Amino acid sequence: MCTVCGCSEGETRIDEQEHTHGHHHDHVHPHDHAHTHDQLHDYGQGPAHAHAPGMSQSRMVQIEQDILSKNNGYAASNRHWFAEHGILALNLVSSPGSGKTTLLGRTIDDLKAEMRLSVIEGDQQTAHDAERIRATGVSALQINTGKGCHLDAHMIGHALDSLQPEQNSVLFIENVGNLVCPAAFDLGEAHKVAILSVTEGEDKPLKYPDMFHAADLMLLNKIDLLPHLQFDVDQCIDYARRVNPRIKVLQVSATSGEGMTNWYQWLKTTQQLLLIGD
Amino acid sequence: MHEMSLCEGVMQVLKDQAHEQGYSRVEAVWLEIGELANVEIESMRFCFDVVTQGTLAEQAKLEIIEVPGQAWCMQCGKTVALKQRFDACPECSSYQLQVTGGEQMMIKELEVN
Ligand SMILES: Nc1nc2c(ncn2[C@@H]2O[C@H](COP(=O)(O)OP(=O)(O)O)[C@@H](O)[C@H]2O)c(=O)[nH]1
Ligand SMILES: [Mg+2]
Ligand SMILES: [Zn+2]
Ligand SMILES: [Zn+2]
Repeated sequence: MCTVCGCSEGETRIDEQEHTHGHHHDHVHPHDHAHTHDQLHDYGQGPAHAHAPGMSQSRMVQIEQDILSKNNGYAASNRHWFAEHGILALNLVSSPGSGKTTLLGRTIDDLKAEMRLSVIEGDQQTAHDAERIRATGVSALQINTGKGCHLDAHMIGHALDSLQPEQNSVLFIENVGNLVCPAAFDLGEAHKVAILSVTEGEDKPLKYPDMFHAADLMLLNKIDLLPHLQFDVDQCIDYARRVNPRIKVLQVSATSGEGMTNWYQWLKTTQQLLLIGD
Repeated sequence: MHEMSLCEGVMQVLKDQAHEQGYSRVEAVWLEIGELANVEIESMRFCFDVVTQGTLAEQAKLEIIEVPGQAWCMQCGKTVALKQRFDACPECSSYQLQVTGGEQMMIKELEVN
């Protein structure tokens, strides 16, 4: 249990350090607008009114809060911090093994001369991915979530304290390989980028609709393998558009480099839009 | 959806509110869960019992209000019911749907003392 901000960090470890508290960032604890009035919200025939408090001393309290409000509060403070520092934060989500780390490694190799980049790596265990990224020469921080199956905005707040990404840089956050939970946990990023590899089957967007709905960009990776597989690219894109009519799709291969210039163009354009937005 | 994380989220709100609202026991919790939020209701109940053990909400009753999914069809301009995100418009079969309801995961009300 974190005594500074009341977080139950559980087994989360940031770069093999036990979670210790040198909070530099402000934990903006979400201001909870709860109220005990009855007049404002009329539930009509809702179950709340069908139920009268049983014991004399018990009373009803209206809360009207999102279940993830705590996370959303931290996400809002991260987002504010990113905006203040002109940082483009991208949350990379996918199943394990779709090629996130490989894609990041190549992206960094190709862009580090012209853009400032840093990486937060999320995995349940090991610091392998952060080590792979550091080998490219940019700073990277590993978060191990232990049993946790997703990164949350509070962990990212702490990671920013240690990583200190530069002004006007791009921060890639590689989430834990999981197409379910990360969809619901806003980290304060500008965009979620879903990576789907062609070895996974074209109906993934239908099987995990929330994730593809939450993403603004889908990178269809490992297209170098298409000649060896039965994978219908058009069908896959069609499925993705069913759950998210706005989603952009780019076809890439992180190993052969095919299609990567489109992704770089997307990155540069998105960063420029963010910077002129200020 | 990961119901255990969601229940931990609920628990955090219950603890935070205890001070502000001046209660020491939670007897019942009303959640509003959208049909498109992909929450497994049975699993939610199970996790809620686990997460509340030994807390101020131990043995609290969990009441879940389910809210139907709804979308606006960009093709035919109608508001239609939606069971799943990837369903087509029941009126015109288009997939160009904008979800307008049934995504929420809200804590609505508590019975406390
Ligand atoms: N053929 C091929 N293999 C790839 C590509 N991208 C990644 N891989 C391989 O996929 C495996 C998993 O990659 P990794 O980057 O660790 O995936 P992550 O779990 O999403 O970070 C590795 O063996 C990579 O070499 C690609 O574009 N084409
Ligand atoms: Mg990885
Ligand atoms: Zn903390
Ligand atoms: Zn229609």
